[in-house]
Amino acid sequence: MDLTLSPTEEEFRDEARAWLADNDPGPEPEGDEAGFEFRRAWQRKLNERGWAGLSWPERYGGAGASQIEQAIFYEEIARAGAPQMANVLGLAMGGPTVIAHGTEEQRERYLSPILSADEIWCQGFSEPQSGSDLASLKTRAVRKGDEWIVTGQKVWTTLAHQSKWCMLVARTDPDAAKHRGLTYFLMDMDQDGVDIRPLRQITGEAEFNELFIEEARIPHENIVGGENNGWVVAITTLMHERAGLAFALQVDVQISLRQLMERAKETGAATDPVIRQRFAQLYIEAQVLRLNAYRGLTRTMKDGQPGPEGSLGKWHWGEVNQSLTELALDIAGPRAQLVDDPWTYRFLRARANSIEGGTTEILKNIVAERVLGLPRAK
Amino acid sequence: MNFDLSEDQVVIKRTAREFLAARYRLDEVRRLALEEERGFTDAQWEEIAGLGWPELAVEEAQGGQGLGIVELAVVAEELGYALAPTPLQSTWAATLLLAAAGEAGRLAGGRRGTVAQWDEGGDFRPDTSTLEPDGSRLTGVKLAVHDAASADLLVVTAAGGRHFVVAADAPGVSIESAEALDTTRRLSTVTFDGAEGEELTGSEADFGHAWHAVAVACAAESVGVAQRAMEMAVVYAKDRTQFERPIGTYQAVSHRCAQMLLEVEGARSASYWAAWALDHQPDMASVAASTAKAYASDAGVRVTGSALQVHGGIGFTWEHDLHFFLKRANANAHVYGDARWHRDQVADAVLLTP
Repeated sequence: MDLTLSPTEEEFRDEARAWLADNDPGPEPEGDEAGFEFRRAWQRKLNERGWAGLSWPERYGGAGASQIEQAIFYEEIARAGAPQMANVLGLAMGGPTVIAHGTEEQRERYLSPILSADEIWCQGFSEPQSGSDLASLKTRAVRKGDEWIVTGQKVWTTLAHQSKWCMLVARTDPDAAKHRGLTYFLMDMDQDGVDIRPLRQITGEAEFNELFIEEARIPHENIVGGENNGWVVAITTLMHERAGLAFALQVDVQISLRQLMERAKETGAATDPVIRQRFAQLYIEAQVLRLNAYRGLTRTMKDGQPGPEGSLGKWHWGEVNQSLTELALDIAGPRAQLVDDPWTYRFLRARANSIEGGTTEILKNIVAERVLGLPRAK
Repeated sequence: MNFDLSEDQVVIKRTAREFLAARYRLDEVRRLALEEERGFTDAQWEEIAGLGWPELAVEEAQGGQGLGIVELAVVAEELGYALAPTPLQSTWAATLLLAAAGEAGRLAGGRRGTVAQWDEGGDFRPDTSTLEPDGSRLTGVKLAVHDAASADLLVVTAAGGRHFVVAADAPGVSIESAEALDTTRRLSTVTFDGAEGEELTGSEADFGHAWHAVAVACAAESVGVAQRAMEMAVVYAKDRTQFERPIGTYQAVSHRCAQMLLEVEGARSASYWAAWALDHQPDMASVAASTAKAYASDAGVRVTGSALQVHGGIGFTWEHDLHFFLKRANANAHVYGDARWHRDQVADAVLLTP
């Protein structure tokens, strides 16, 4: 057991820290469009340094970094308060899926524009009638010559209006068992058959979209991982989502906690015995989140793959982040009635933490069945 | 960065698991708890002393094994998993405090010690003894002293953060057994009436380190207790059938088990971190130890309680073994600082520093 960084890891951390300090892009501009372009420019800057696809193999434009280095990088990004990169889904999910299941031609075609943020990616998985039960999805794809004609509806599509490519899972064999008749496509968003409508959420913003797909066309060569093999490919995407994001998210919690501590000191809440207990508990939970992430990382590096334990991190993070924002409102006191406080937004946004990327209930099912070996419900 | 046990630590863990499983089957745990006066036999103690476990984490210069708090935590976890009734943990506590004063040799050769901490009339804070020594003579009453009746030596806390060593058979010391919640551990009320003590002299930092190590060993023990209770619950949830299906297929039951895993793994991560910090990162050791003890105290209580619920009626019977684990977890949660006190320490450290 050694919780300190090795000399090589330390060297990487110092290098990242120095680079981030020298290349500070300043505060993000107001407005959705301006903010997006700002994050795109930031990603390009990182990519020039080889750091947009930090853990991707070097032959695909990545830096071939270890997962520990990736984790260190997340921590340094958070520490510096640097912005998110624009192509978050392409980097965290799309790219790793193409690397794992794509053909060599697909890797050549898609990976480089993901890194440069020239082509933004979105995810077409959830549907209005298929949330947790993803494999029941109804969007249909029918083959016509060298093309597939797709009709259906997708929901919770982040970045749809900015995206060139959609990771789309559609039903290609309606007669097969529900997990077996699915195919994973890369759909060009820039066509008439795709209608994007913003979906307004409880914060009042429209961070997500609905996709109405009416006879959209996808060339056959845009299938990833083979016809009717979409479930396996989709699971790869989801495992990467949970494992990768869980680490980044725990770093986020450390930062929020620090900010809330400052607020508690300013308002005097830091001396209230009940608030102090809740604060300490959150600090403790945040430490546990961090430590579990590091233990998971050590395990992943030994076994080569993120395990189902990754589900613990995402679920725990949701609970911790929700409690943290609840404490923030209690510290705000009567001000919590007003929306002019950034913590109000964070509180509302955090309500989705136990739903997005796998509901807490589904994650508990995964832990119960695949880690503890409990029998399935049917 | 490698947050996993080293090969040597894995061997220590496996050896402890196998040794304890062979010596402390649950029927033996029950027999020791309910029938053996001191809660252990001489043969059992001699074997444990023969393994070098009492002085495991004592530096070699003081006659110990020279291993770290991580190794101590690993063995403590296995003691909890086996629920072995033994005065080893109370001896560890005394040894760690003696070692802070360079006096660990006082317990060499398989002698047993314990710590008398909680004053009669004291509250949940473990560091506020009001016992005022008259020179080197101690007068006062200490409650719930672990394994005092079988100890050779007592480390007694006094006002002002002072520590005294008193021989258990010294004149003016009377030890009276008290009925314990946790039947696998013997407790006593110890009355000092002008008993002659010797003050331990050491730095505040060294005593602080020792107390943190004691708390972390206790936290690690609770991890083992919770792990075992969780395993019992999972096995039961697979086997027990109601309404023609295993109860583990019901999410009300399976999600309870998943929650247990989250808390057990979290408590384990926190305990290993704290143990490692005590060995290697002194500036974080205090916060890490309080993090571990607070989290593991709560986890132990919740996981064993939840395991009882999964068992239903059978879990509430005296015949079933689960209550031994539940009682140990609840007793551990209230010794060497409870979760409330340790959270207070964390709040002091993180909210008061700029």
